[in-house]
Amino acid sequence: MLDKELRSMIGQVKDGRMDRRAFIQRMAAVGLTAPLANQILALGGVAMAQGASTYKPTKRGGGGALKLLWWQGPTLLNPHFATGTKDQDGSRLFYEPLACWDPDGNMKLVLASEIPSTQNGLLAADGKSVTWKLKPGVKWHDGKPFSADDVVFTWQYIKDPATAAVTIATYRDLTVEKIDDLTVKITFPKPTPFWADAFVGATGQILPKHLFADFIGSKSREAPTNLAPVGTGPYKFVEFKPGDLIRGVINPDYHMANRPYFDTLEMKGGGDAVSAARAVIQTGEYDFGWNIQVEDDVLLRLEKGGKGKTVYAVGGDTEFIALNFTDPNVEVDGERSSMKTKHPLFSDPVVRKALSLLVDRESVKKAIYGRAGRTTANFLNGPEKFVSKNTSWEFNIEKAAKMLDDAGWKPGADGIREKDGKKLKILYQTSINGPRQKTQAIVKQACQKAGIEVELKSVVASVFFSSDVANPDTYPKFYADIEMFQIPLSQPDPSQHMRRYLSTSVATKENKWQGTNFPRWVNKDYDAVINAADMEMDPVKRAAFYIKANDLMWQDTVFIPVMHRLKVEAAANNLRPVISGWANETDNLFDWYREE
Amino acid sequence: MSQYVLRRLLIAIPSLLGISVVLFVVLALAPGDPFSELATNPNVPPEVQAALRAKFGLDDPIYLRYLHWLNAMLHGDWGFSFVSRMDVDQLILQRLPATLYVIGSAQILALLIAIPVGVYAATRPYSLFDQIANTLAFVGFSLPTFFTGILFILIFSVTLDWLPFVYTTDIKATGIRWVLEMIRQAIMPVAVLGLFQAASMTRFVRSAMLDVIRLDYVTTARAKGLGQATVIVKHVMRNAMIPVVTLIALQMPAVFGGAIVTEQIFRIPGIGSLLISSILSNDTPVVMAVTFVFACLVVLFNLIADVLYGWLDPRISLR
Repeated sequence: MLDKELRSMIGQVKDGRMDRRAFIQRMAAVGLTAPLANQILALGGVAMAQGASTYKPTKRGGGGALKLLWWQGPTLLNPHFATGTKDQDGSRLFYEPLACWDPDGNMKLVLASEIPSTQNGLLAADGKSVTWKLKPGVKWHDGKPFSADDVVFTWQYIKDPATAAVTIATYRDLTVEKIDDLTVKITFPKPTPFWADAFVGATGQILPKHLFADFIGSKSREAPTNLAPVGTGPYKFVEFKPGDLIRGVINPDYHMANRPYFDTLEMKGGGDAVSAARAVIQTGEYDFGWNIQVEDDVLLRLEKGGKGKTVYAVGGDTEFIALNFTDPNVEVDGERSSMKTKHPLFSDPVVRKALSLLVDRESVKKAIYGRAGRTTANFLNGPEKFVSKNTSWEFNIEKAAKMLDDAGWKPGADGIREKDGKKLKILYQTSINGPRQKTQAIVKQACQKAGIEVELKSVVASVFFSSDVANPDTYPKFYADIEMFQIPLSQPDPSQHMRRYLSTSVATKENKWQGTNFPRWVNKDYDAVINAADMEMDPVKRAAFYIKANDLMWQDTVFIPVMHRLKVEAAANNLRPVISGWANETDNLFDWYREE
Repeated sequence: MSQYVLRRLLIAIPSLLGISVVLFVVLALAPGDPFSELATNPNVPPEVQAALRAKFGLDDPIYLRYLHWLNAMLHGDWGFSFVSRMDVDQLILQRLPATLYVIGSAQILALLIAIPVGVYAATRPYSLFDQIANTLAFVGFSLPTFFTGILFILIFSVTLDWLPFVYTTDIKATGIRWVLEMIRQAIMPVAVLGLFQAASMTRFVRSAMLDVIRLDYVTTARAKGLGQATVIVKHVMRNAMIPVVTLIALQMPAVFGGAIVTEQIFRIPGIGSLLISSILSNDTPVVMAVTFVFACLVVLFNLIADVLYGWLDPRISLR
């Protein structure tokens, strides 16, 4: 359908000149499903909606102490050196980006005064540049004024390879220039539909130029401010003990009205998730517990008559089983799972389809994830506008058995199916982690009933997720038939996440297994869709591209999604935390308060 | 005497070097690296991890890395933590007070229980008191600290709500209230560790006392008409304490090394929890420093024990 026509129809629906049903019927006529048409409609409005605030207190301070419990305590307080989200969480207490993400994945302004869009002229129509207006009158904790120089400096600091900042990928290809003291312009080398990566959220925290200017490049480690941050945030830094404790006090000059609510802040580290849940929910020693990955049964028991409750945030984290498209058992040129081979069993699409019928997602949810999981057929589970409604899943052992029978995979004397001398025996690997081992057992049981023999393998997480070239058990090497884990979706946009599976990014010996396409799946249609989406500025068409990409993965059964996982936190009953599944737990800290 | 100490110190050098080589090689060969968490983040390109590895010298051959480490250590430079990019000595000093306070108190508690109970039980072997003390001691050292720790939390924090179970280093109080809070939050970890130590030590003191109490010179002392208290304290205990001193001296490094499990349960920011979190994140400079300091302390306290023998029993000569 012609884009112009689509646009004008969306406009008509918005103005009430065409009713919704008529629009959906017109869409169906050109082959678009009703849900997709609905999505297009929802998208047709503003490109980036501003997130609403639920903050109620009418004056600054007076909220007493806020006690946070992070069972893995932050070990450093420079956001651009953060090795994990815990360090970003700690840094974010003091440093701020231009904007952050609210629970729905909408943008919320922090140090910027206006959300860039094509309507207000701050976002270039070709997607090659974006201009940010900064809030006037913002001060660093040491009293120095915050200005465009700090934003430009932060970019220079990160993009210097000698600084060894972990956020370098976001900043190295773009250019940041100062227009005036309160305006910066970011120029991208190519059209960038998702322009809100730099200076937004955890990776966008801005550093003070006057304190870091002498510590750019190879001297970056020596900066005293790495351990004693001076930011613009709602709380001022007091004390830091790596892995143990961070303390802060209210910033009386904070740039948002009536904020923050609490007078002091404490972030305690150490221990484990279960006892953290206990300290928040059962004894009430702490107000908030981070990342409570605990079995739902235990949480339900703690919540009975307790002093706190669990809080969930929906993001896009998907626990999946990836299928290997190459042969992990044959070595070619010193490399197993080589692109020169084809998987002996999975090259038959029926086997892949049958396998996905054998993953009992409902039981996995019931027995393991509980309230912290949602069953799904999709690999891409958020933000909502990118989620496909065209897919479905089911758990059906008989159907799987019949499909395999029809395709010629007949049970042998030992009950295991075989065809042309190839037996349906697969190796299933994952990292060592309670819920993952339980999921393995559930899948194995169903496979056995359908005549597929599954061998389970668990690898220590520090090995499984490492990039150690010498180790055969890492996930990128994928020396197994199927493997299960999750890759967090750390921003409310799927572009980086989906780019990983381009056929040009296959993990091979040649690139030291640093390629991101570990299933070694090659699909020309997928490549085309992703590359088109990367250049597409129209949010409606772009969303349709990612939905198409997800559906291609689903048709080819590249991934079997096991669970759409939610973030689980524990909070005191009277605390009103604002947690986004698209950002760090502390990203919306300025909006937290306690109900009296 | 001083010659003996000097010789022992010189012998310690090669053994410490050997220990450091073994530690270093084991750590270097262990799988994983401190930046592995970056690999799971799609926002971080693999080059960043590679650049960090190169920057921190993790790609050099092991012997070169060891020589670098040794050279720096000889110059008093302990290196810096890969994870917090902070100097290792600072990191350790930050953790030391909590460990000294909690583990030290636990050791003192253990001694305060073990010596009187052990001595009294030995003077009346197989009496009712001895039987009860023995039974409790067996129960005490059969129960691991991770079990008693959680049991204590369940009883005193969750059910009775008397004591906090998260140890905090910044108590918001001053003067006497601060002292009371410090004591209150240390009661559970000190009790868990102290009672566990006391149990085995009581058995040890009792048997050491029994060995000595039957000797002829004790009978002689009694025959001279000395009172029971004088005989036990002045004659029996002084000799019986020699093996006990060895035991205590070998426990001393643990006071500095912390107690990994107990510190983890009560979230005590001590050396033990630093060690375990560093091991889990493959932060080799910290693991290396902590274990090496631990090795040095073991060697040192062995020497101190040997010197103490000479003072307790002049018949033992040091050559």
